[in-house]
Amino acid sequence: MEYFVQQLINGITLGSIYGLIAIGYSMVYGIIGMINFAHGDIFMVGAFISLIFILLLAAVGASSIALLVLILLVVLALALALTSVWGFVVERIAYRPLRGSFRLAPLISAIGMSLFLQNLVQIIQGARVKPLPPLVPGGYTIMESANGFTVQLSNMQILIVVATVALMAIFTYIITQTSLGRAQRACEQDRTMAALTGVNVDLTISLTFVIGAALASVAGMMFLLYYGVIDFYIGFLAGIKAFTAAVLGGIGSLPGAMLGGLIIGLIEVFWSAYFSVEYKDVAAFSILAIVLIFMPSGLLGKPEIEKV
Amino acid sequence: MSVEADKGHVEIAAGGRGVQLAGRLKKAAITAFVVLLLCIPMVAFRTVDAQDGLALVTRWDMVATLVAIAFAGQFLWDVLRESATASTAAGQVGKPVGRALGSLLPYLGAGMIVFAVALPFMPFSDRYIMDLAVLVLTYVMLAWGLNIVVGLAGLLDLGYVAFYAVGAYSYALLAQHYGFSFWICLPLAGMLAAFWGIILGFPVLRLRGDYLAIVTLAFGEIIRIVLLNWYEFTGGPDGLSSIPRPDFFGLEFKRFGENTFHGFFGIEYSSLHRIVFLYYLILILALITNVVTIRLRRLPIGRAWEAMREDEIACKSLGISVVKTKLTAFAIGAMFGGFAGSFFATKQGFISPESFTFLESAIILAIVVLGGMGSQIGVAIAAVALIGGLEWLRDLDFLKQIFGQDFDPKQWRMVFFGALMVLVMVWRPRGFIGSRKPTVALGERKAIGSDLVKEGHG
Repeated sequence: MEYFVQQLINGITLGSIYGLIAIGYSMVYGIIGMINFAHGDIFMVGAFISLIFILLLAAVGASSIALLVLILLVVLALALALTSVWGFVVERIAYRPLRGSFRLAPLISAIGMSLFLQNLVQIIQGARVKPLPPLVPGGYTIMESANGFTVQLSNMQILIVVATVALMAIFTYIITQTSLGRAQRACEQDRTMAALTGVNVDLTISLTFVIGAALASVAGMMFLLYYGVIDFYIGFLAGIKAFTAAVLGGIGSLPGAMLGGLIIGLIEVFWSAYFSVEYKDVAAFSILAIVLIFMPSGLLGKPEIEKV
Repeated sequence: MSVEADKGHVEIAAGGRGVQLAGRLKKAAITAFVVLLLCIPMVAFRTVDAQDGLALVTRWDMVATLVAIAFAGQFLWDVLRESATASTAAGQVGKPVGRALGSLLPYLGAGMIVFAVALPFMPFSDRYIMDLAVLVLTYVMLAWGLNIVVGLAGLLDLGYVAFYAVGAYSYALLAQHYGFSFWICLPLAGMLAAFWGIILGFPVLRLRGDYLAIVTLAFGEIIRIVLLNWYEFTGGPDGLSSIPRPDFFGLEFKRFGENTFHGFFGIEYSSLHRIVFLYYLILILALITNVVTIRLRRLPIGRAWEAMREDEIACKSLGISVVKTKLTAFAIGAMFGGFAGSFFATKQGFISPESFTFLESAIILAIVVLGGMGSQIGVAIAAVALIGGLEWLRDLDFLKQIFGQDFDPKQWRMVFFGALMVLVMVWRPRGFIGSRKPTVALGERKAIGSDLVKEGHG
């Protein structure tokens, strides 16, 4: 039982990170119908930007908890802003010229962009893994079993889940209440019609990429703080998992992306805990295939209605 | 990198010369500012290993250079584009060239085959060229195989490399455990790969578009992970080595032995013989793929593929079995992947899961899309350009003279490759060969632009 609860906590933490990345995929897919393959690499860039700012500000020294919180908030704000610039530029260079072109052109362009970013970061930041000592120490012991197994809930895990919930709240507010969200939903339904009613489609799409990149940068920072080690290659696997999560939840559906992220995170953690670590990805992908056989448009996705 | 290009353009059109210059400078400044923002954390600071964890090294000089390049580049780009638009408006030069190329295509194809057959006897064909040619032809074959699935049937497959892996491991394992020769294993490997194609096909029958893409990608990853972890069977990350080489009707390519190729023909031994043999082997395999594809397109099944790509619902209502059509497309595409895989295994003599990563699938798909989706010759040209380009990027020593001696071009290879993929797609989203002839037509068969061809939902 204790073991199970511990895995549940770990799974939810990992799932939150996947969910944050998955929202970026899902949003972009919803609005322009393309797989943004470079999104995983934007996540990686976000992690690197966070690492650099943490190292810069760590020179100040986190002597008290208040100072640590301040540093983390500043790093978060900077990483968010600067990763968004990367997201914006990627869209501007690689996808916007291909808007309205056939479906596979932006896909190939995105794969090229992903290769470009991965190898660029490898060169400008070095190929070695980047370790970071834990910044947020401590935690709570929730349960203790007779044989001495304790269930730990670390402060970092609380931070990740709280940050994810907070971001989801802000994000849901943006989508449902603001004019940007309205424009976004309008573009999702019919881009031409939205343009005719005065929605700035280019700007809306750019902002979609920016929001996706911002969420990915938060995921990147959480990943860095949680695992304490990153390299230029983390974007690939995390990107594929997050994409799997987005599809599992029903691509284009935002609660679906979060749900998919949690499911993929939980499957991965539980499979590693009870069966084998090596085949955790196989388990996640197999569940995806099985779910899609019975629900071809994902868990919360709307089935595509085709007019003849 | 023309940020706010449209806005700048309007300003230029509206104003006089001074305003025009000011507008361009403003645009260049914006670009430079964006580049500065990109550079600030990632380029300005480099994380390096230090005594206690990581330390940062600053590189502001590099940031300054990049920002200056961005400013100048954006400015020049605008000036050049302005003059380019003026000259194309004056005399439409682009189109007739394209049309002439279109009518030359059949000759181009024949010329390429003649060149390919004659290549080993060319004076410049040394070992390096032949190795490269074998590599290019392997990709041509793979791309032609994937073309059946993506180009003809319109099913987006991101895990094609899985079948390549199945073919390679089938040959290696059959040869090692049962001592089968290459010529027995080749069809077996193709059949096994086709079988796996059907296994993949069943769960994805109902999926469309990106759902299909992610499941095929996942399938490719599953195969790779299993190969990596099933140590007793596949050798895990160590791979399989000492895979037997193919023989030429029982004659082996060895320096010494009973039945040697050079002994039988009474010529002097040369290590090049085997490479030339492998070259012709893959050339024949690739041409078989090509011929089979062209013939299949005219058979009912090939027509069903293309019909399904154009409109699945219409297809169903005409009584075409979508299940059969999709599964045959997957199976036949996979079979050619399997053939290419067993060729790869026998050529290398060593295989490991590292050769079958997602990057390979992406490159093969890029070749198909670059070639113009469904155009056989376009795919061949794209394979030569892409794989040849990738090789060419290995020795970019002249860049050392521009960027100084510290510059290591080998590292930058994949960066350039990624950037080129983006640029080529932006330049020609429809690939190199943008037109094609329909397989059946009422009356005269006219080539149509590929923007009239659908890409399928699947």
